[in-house]
Amino acid sequence: MTPGLLDRQLLFVSGKGGVGKTMVAAAIATLAASSGRTTLACEMDAKGALAAALGSGEEATGFDAVPVQSGLWAMSMNTEDSLREYLRVVARVPLIGRIGPLARTFDFVADAAPGVKEILAIGKVCWEVRERHYDLVVVDAEASGHVVAQLSSPRVIRDLVRVGMVRDQVEWMLELLHDPQRTGLVVVTTPEEMPVSESLELLGRVRRETSVSPAAIVVNRMPSQWFQPSDAVLLDRLDTAACVPVVAESVGCAADDVGAVLDAAVATLRRRSAAVGHLDHLRAGLAAEGLDRRLPVLLVPEAVAAATSTSDGASSAAVCTAVAESLAMELS
Amino acid sequence: MSPSSTDDVVDSNGLGAVLDGARLVLVCGSGGVGKTTASAALGMAAARQSPRRVLVITVDPARRLADALGIESASFAGAGAVRVEPPPGEQWAGSLAVAMLDTKAGWDELIRRHAPDTAMAERVLANPLYHNITSRFVNSHDYLAMEQLHYLDRSSEFDLVIVDTPPSRHALDLVDSPRRMREFFASSLLRWLTVPTRSRLLTAASRPFNAVAERVLGTGFLHDIIDFFSLLRAMEPGFVERAAAVEQLLAAERTAFVVVTTCEDSPIEEARYFVDELHRRSLPMRAIVLNRVLPDSFRSPTAAGAAATLAGVGDVTALADRLAEPIPQFDPASLRHVLVEVGRRFAEVRARADAEHGRRLSLVAHLAGVGLGSAVPVVVVPDLSADVHDLGGVAAMAAALAG
Repeated sequence: MTPGLLDRQLLFVSGKGGVGKTMVAAAIATLAASSGRTTLACEMDAKGALAAALGSGEEATGFDAVPVQSGLWAMSMNTEDSLREYLRVVARVPLIGRIGPLARTFDFVADAAPGVKEILAIGKVCWEVRERHYDLVVVDAEASGHVVAQLSSPRVIRDLVRVGMVRDQVEWMLELLHDPQRTGLVVVTTPEEMPVSESLELLGRVRRETSVSPAAIVVNRMPSQWFQPSDAVLLDRLDTAACVPVVAESVGCAADDVGAVLDAAVATLRRRSAAVGHLDHLRAGLAAEGLDRRLPVLLVPEAVAAATSTSDGASSAAVCTAVAESLAMELS
Repeated sequence: MSPSSTDDVVDSNGLGAVLDGARLVLVCGSGGVGKTTASAALGMAAARQSPRRVLVITVDPARRLADALGIESASFAGAGAVRVEPPPGEQWAGSLAVAMLDTKAGWDELIRRHAPDTAMAERVLANPLYHNITSRFVNSHDYLAMEQLHYLDRSSEFDLVIVDTPPSRHALDLVDSPRRMREFFASSLLRWLTVPTRSRLLTAASRPFNAVAERVLGTGFLHDIIDFFSLLRAMEPGFVERAAAVEQLLAAERTAFVVVTTCEDSPIEEARYFVDELHRRSLPMRAIVLNRVLPDSFRSPTAAGAAATLAGVGDVTALADRLAEPIPQFDPASLRHVLVEVGRRFAEVRARADAEHGRRLSLVAHLAGVGLGSAVPVVVVPDLSADVHDLGGVAAMAAALAG
């Protein structure tokens, strides 16, 4: 049985940079919270865009989760704070006294040693799930080039670290990450060539290098369909030097202006048909990857996502709500 | 109807002058703005205009450059450069090659180059951490890429090297990697970690560290790390000297940073951030490429008037008769439907074009604000098609960039 998207406990949201990954993560978290699940949204790269989309206002979120809506909490990952928390809670190293130089030393080792930074980030979100502070933790994860390093870090640590406390910790983390009932990866893409091929590449790497299961594909900014194919053919024929002046004269407008209006429609249609082609390619790729046919492919219309704004907190929150609504419709 | 993009905001004669003056071009920008295609197109423009040997190289782990140039990925295996031939019917003054970094092989070579002797090199290559550090974790790409650039700059194989960098925040990691490498070797923690084990165990300061570290990480892992960095330490002179040389190369007069962006909100935001960061580091910011810009005619008020007229169009029977010759076989009802729909929806496109234009103006104002207004050309590449993914598409973009 495949669980519903929001019935899992831990969702990583990733995708190529620039496809609207943060907005989709925010929308999923909003959706979960509005369905009555106590939800934590965690931003991995501390840009503040996730918090803005969730309507946290001016204040940037920090490592300690803060409530942003009813039932919805937000935090930003910071591996140094994660280390401190880990040392305090798990390793029971007292915080007083030597923690300064000690933390710096660890930070240095963490920078240099493979997987340590990644495990501190992943460890924190897994910890929140294990302690059952929330029904669902939604992670606005690293972009596709980097997320695999993060998701595979527990395995790397298990292979490299032979004994010790970290090694013991890794076992339960792997158990959680590898359980498709509890953990899933949401891959966000746009219906464009490079994002689609990068998404397929990401799914392949995730399958080979981690055991995290894909939970959904979100295709963001899908251009809307204006016309039936036959009307599109007619439009193409109209937007030519032979026809534009005839149309312009008949409606009493300048040929340049009618030309611009028809150009705009042709450009929009061309984008739509290219997008449909890339969507087909995505579906074929998913099938070739051997992914479950029930893996949901959720479309977010461009008109909904177009207003995406990182600079304006208020409008960013409005877009998030709209994206959440369109995801809800796709899921139902 | 071909879209035009001259207007009041910016104008420039393209990137010809920037390409002429450069030996190294770093192409930066947000993900998804067409950076890889722009890099390929810049390479093509340069090869077209002057008798130079041009290399386009990608630092991105994904194999996009091959896709952008329509080259079979298979021919890319290994670190060798692949020659790109001009499209049919075109003659180039120079030549163009593309390459991708094979980071694992690159590191092996680097270690061999900087190790004082072969035995030392082999010990590093055999360390269990080495493989993980160099291949699995992304940041090591950065320094390696920079070393490679230095090597290419010194060799006389190419006259111009164009680099397709990873998306902007990671591009900054790339730019900062030589300094980080220097600081890494200079850090007192490294010195302390790599003093001989016995004396380290005796230092009072190290006791709490060792106690906690061993409990948390396990002794074996810590020893592997210390061993690895002790070995690396032996290569310090080579690395430090090279890192300093790479820093100089990045800041050199003949180096050009080119920022690529679309006029969408978040890419423009990233471009602005990148402009600021380059400026702060005193690095040579030379041009901005605005990609996939909608034509100005989409913003025209008179076009909007025409759209309103079309949206309210009534009987089209007479028009249908007149169009019967250029367009065989169509239904007048469809004609009316198409005209009405096109008219009604124009507002959507116009709003997009207006928003883009506003963001474009604010970027230009921002450039002027940091004192780069007149010094940095802003080149507009029109929205050529939904996707540029073959040699012909790259060629069209090259023409737009050359001005």
